[in-house]
Amino acid sequence: MLIKGGNANATVTQVLKDVYALKKPYGVLYKKKNITRPFEDQTSLEFFSKKSDCSLFMFGSHNKKRPNNLVIGRMYDYHVLDMIELGIEKFVSLKDIKNSKCPEGTKPMIIFAGDDFDTTEDYKRLKSLLIDFFRGPTVANIRLAGLEYVLHFTALKGKVYFRSYKLLLKKSGCRTPRIELEEMGPSLDMVLRRTHLASDDLYKLSMKMPKALKPKKKKNMSHDTFGTTYGRIHMQKQDLSKLQTRKMKGLKKRPAERITDDQEKKSKRIKKN
Amino acid sequence: MEGPSVEELLAKAEQDEAEKLQRITVSKELELEFDLGNLLASDRNPPTALRQAGPVPEAELRALARDNTQLLINQLWQLPTERVEEALVARLPEPTTRLPREKPVPKPRPLTRWQQFARLKGIHPKKKTNLVWDEVSGQWRRRWGYKRARDDTTEWLIEVPDGADPLEDQFAKRIQAKKERVAKNELNRLRNLARAHKTQLPSTAGMHPTGHQSKEELGRAMQVAKVSTASVGRFQERLPKEKAPRGSGKKRKFQPLFGDFAAEKKNQLELLRIMNSKKSKLDVTRATNKQMREEDQEEAAKKRKMSQKGKRRGGWQGTGGKRKGGPPSQGGKRKGGLGGKKQSRPPGLGSKRKAGQHQGGKRRK
Repeated sequence: MLIKGGNANATVTQVLKDVYALKKPYGVLYKKKNITRPFEDQTSLEFFSKKSDCSLFMFGSHNKKRPNNLVIGRMYDYHVLDMIELGIEKFVSLKDIKNSKCPEGTKPMIIFAGDDFDTTEDYKRLKSLLIDFFRGPTVANIRLAGLEYVLHFTALKGKVYFRSYKLLLKKSGCRTPRIELEEMGPSLDMVLRRTHLASDDLYKLSMKMPKALKPKKKKNMSHDTFGTTYGRIHMQKQDLSKLQTRKMKGLKKRPAERITDDQEKKSKRIKKN
Repeated sequence: MEGPSVEELLAKAEQDEAEKLQRITVSKELELEFDLGNLLASDRNPPTALRQAGPVPEAELRALARDNTQLLINQLWQLPTERVEEALVARLPEPTTRLPREKPVPKPRPLTRWQQFARLKGIHPKKKTNLVWDEVSGQWRRRWGYKRARDDTTEWLIEVPDGADPLEDQFAKRIQAKKERVAKNELNRLRNLARAHKTQLPSTAGMHPTGHQSKEELGRAMQVAKVSTASVGRFQERLPKEKAPRGSGKKRKFQPLFGDFAAEKKNQLELLRIMNSKKSKLDVTRATNKQMREEDQEEAAKKRKMSQKGKRRGGWQGTGGKRKGGPPSQGGKRKGGLGGKKQSRPPGLGSKRKAGQHQGGKRRK
């Protein structure tokens, strides 16, 4: 859901249009300007999300204090979960870079670079938000030749650089191709401004997975440090007299011996009586 | 003298391999973290090369991106592949990054009546085979459905059972029984649904025809039957002298004068809040549009009546001066009255808005 604020300027509008082009057919771009302030009043955003059934949104605005402002956010149960405000410092649009683009609806590859994305809390949420926003639908198979598009986010000196490249697969000696990149899409230099992150318990609630999706633990299996898997099998009680063992032909009783055995048994019985 | 030549060959082969791999190998301090289900890679190496570069590190960013993408592609190419319609397709694993859900986890549905009973008695569903041996046709047929094993409906002969009336239509009886079973099944399904959503089915007390129903009961049953059509009774004809039913509108419910103090307090505070807020409760543009639409409809109805009357009298007398010039002036006056409201700043909700109240009037011209 891509919304323009009351005072959106050309840059911000173009950014929203480019992101819409990237996210077709799953995006909704609202043409009219909406006079709201996401950080103060979230009701209109929630209303929009209910109507269009979208839970990810981007809101663009521009004023003197916060020029070229972009708010990325996501919702849980039609209530705002996280919102992060980014300031756009440099923007190169899709149409400024003149080359062929990749088809709509391709699943992009996403790469994050920079240790900030794993250390700072704000950056961690930003990373999670960007993954949520830009990854396409979850698929089980992917055509290897169809991997055409890569989004690269770098965190450096307090700024986040967003570049998108088109992939060219070149021949290398072996099966895996060599990659050459060609800059294709929108490129943004962003600065982190305000954030509105969800409280811990709301975040935990939103991460709850239903029981069916949790990976099933296999019982009676254990691993040791060397990587060997041990399993435990429970057997029923065996009647050892009826056990099937190897038959040694040499130990087989010959008929003469069997007769003498019988006679012994008979005599024993008589004796007892 | 074959020893050294063999060694030479091996060394040469190794060198070739290394050269080939060089084109696709990338060395990094820390390994990247991959989430192939999402086609995601995270590079945790601190970007020292970038820091040393100047203010616009485009080339360095590109080089970094190329290296990272190469590593991700190397990983992806190692996944198990299969050929689907002349394209090489890799099977992706499940995504490992945990992301928050969009909507809350669905609540488990309450058990249906049968499921509760089965659980109580310990009845488990028996696994049934799909095909059953059919003696009549001498082949394996479905248990139910198209061309099933024992199909009642295709029988051309039904024996009249011992105690039954010889003049009864057994075929019709069978069809009726099936209809009744289907209706009963449907009723139970709706009841289960109502229980799941905690709503009530409309009660059918007194609607089943017994021989002994009073006049009021019959009247009520007839009314309910009338309204139970797809158009909710709008096109049902009445008998020649039948009167329209009185009191069939919605019953107004009033709260008791005093009782629930908390609710009353809440309502009063809500009222104060609305009065304080700067949004206008009356949406002027919408109200004017509605008014104009109503006027249009009235005009159209009148025109139709006049044209009908004119046709009956055998002449086209025109609409009698009520041309298009007329209504706007009346409408304008009415709009002026509505437009007297001072504050009408349009709220940011999704309605077709034009700033200001007077532009609502300009629409017609």
